[in-house]
Amino acid sequence: MKTRPSKELTIGVLALQGAVREHIRMLERCGVKAREIKVVSQLEGIDGLIIPGGESTTIGKLIVKYGFVEPIKRLAESGIPIYGTCAGLILIGESVTRGEQPLLNLMDITVERNAFGRQTESFETDLKIGTLGGGPFKGVFIRAPLIEKTGQEVDVMADVSGKPVMARQRNLLVTAFHPELTDDTRIHDYFIGMVKEA
Amino acid sequence: MVEESTVRVKRGLAEMLKGGVIMDVTTSEQAKIAEDAGAVAVMALERVPADIRAAGGVARMADPVVIQAIMDTVTIPVMAKARIGHFAEAQALEAMGVDYVDESEVLTPADEENHINKWDFKVPFVCGARNLGEALRRLGEGAAMIRTKGEAGTGNVVEAVRHARTINREIKWVSTLNDDELMAAAKELRAPYELVAEVKKIGALPVVNFAAGGIATPADAALMMFLGVDGVFVGSGIFKSDDPPARAKAIVEATTHYTDPKLVAEVSKGIGTAMKGLEISEIPEENLLQTRGW
Repeated sequence: MKTRPSKELTIGVLALQGAVREHIRMLERCGVKAREIKVVSQLEGIDGLIIPGGESTTIGKLIVKYGFVEPIKRLAESGIPIYGTCAGLILIGESVTRGEQPLLNLMDITVERNAFGRQTESFETDLKIGTLGGGPFKGVFIRAPLIEKTGQEVDVMADVSGKPVMARQRNLLVTAFHPELTDDTRIHDYFIGMVKEA
Repeated sequence: MVEESTVRVKRGLAEMLKGGVIMDVTTSEQAKIAEDAGAVAVMALERVPADIRAAGGVARMADPVVIQAIMDTVTIPVMAKARIGHFAEAQALEAMGVDYVDESEVLTPADEENHINKWDFKVPFVCGARNLGEALRRLGEGAAMIRTKGEAGTGNVVEAVRHARTINREIKWVSTLNDDELMAAAKELRAPYELVAEVKKIGALPVVNFAAGGIATPADAALMMFLGVDGVFVGSGIFKSDDPPARAKAIVEATTHYTDPKLVAEVSKGIGTAMKGLEISEIPEENLLQTRGW
């Protein structure tokens, strides 16, 4: 498998709403180019896409309003890696168990929104993520979702009390937590690895 | 080990609201309209600031029945206002499970010397500020998010602009100082030394800063985003206009695409008349809300 040097890669961050800046900072620290995506034409030429945390209902509405649904589906089908954090996970999932909203239906997972409760139940915890190597990863969970059910092709990479909070299906990666709010670049590096191999 | 309500988790929720619009609502019906329009959160209160201004009397925390109804109606975060210094109201809001408390000058202050010790709470707080010193005093008390005060209930953006520009100018000033000038700066700003040093180091506030107080149109929202705020609160501006759902949607889109003037113009069409608005100089000084808070 051929891989490309990091500096030749451009990873887009969907910038309709949410924690965009933090992902861009992480990507730049990892040595790749980052591009804010506000309109569909900016998807042209990206090697990977991050759908950030934010309010999933808001981002979902803006994705529909600005015609992102089909272009993002085409990117996913063409094998471009896509990584969703928190709200991004909800949008990438196939169905949600609570509350209706427009979804991209990319990944074979069922998602429970706000699964841990309201903000006062938000928390940090050490996660064991075998794939990453090194010590535990600080998982920052903010009104976070959980993955309720996973399809056969989905590889669960981390869990909290037996419930999946990080998973991969081919070129799709999701986390219910926010690595972009930490200084730990291992998950972003892992995603960049997926992009290099795509 | 699980740690709840850390500083990172409290500030983190505000990070997730960036680029979005938080709307004042007084009923669950309004909350639904706000959510459908794409609000990132709603602020539950008894009356919108324009009505508080008109009604006079003491403005307090909203009725818990109404707050609960709003929480049961929408899935986006629900914020609610407590009076300045009224930690018992804030405790009640926390016990109900609201997602953020706004210790707000829009309500009648309960303490004319002290703000709430916000470190004591699991629920995060947002507080208003007119300048950097005020913002840093609130952070020193444990606030996890800042907003400009503006002049609530006026539909006049001039004070929000003044406060955003003041905070920007003072951050720039602090960034230029030498380390041996920081204590004098802290004295001048009446702000904790450590936080002044942090502002110098990162060249910004260490928390998310939204605009609030007088935003009434999509262009107002765009203007505030250009001034570097992370998002906007709209209080009376939506539900005191003649077509709240259309105006709410337009303000959401203008906030996302504030750098696109064509889009701001387009979304501003056909959304009816904005709230009437008040000229600040015609408000008697004792009726200004922004001077509340210490």
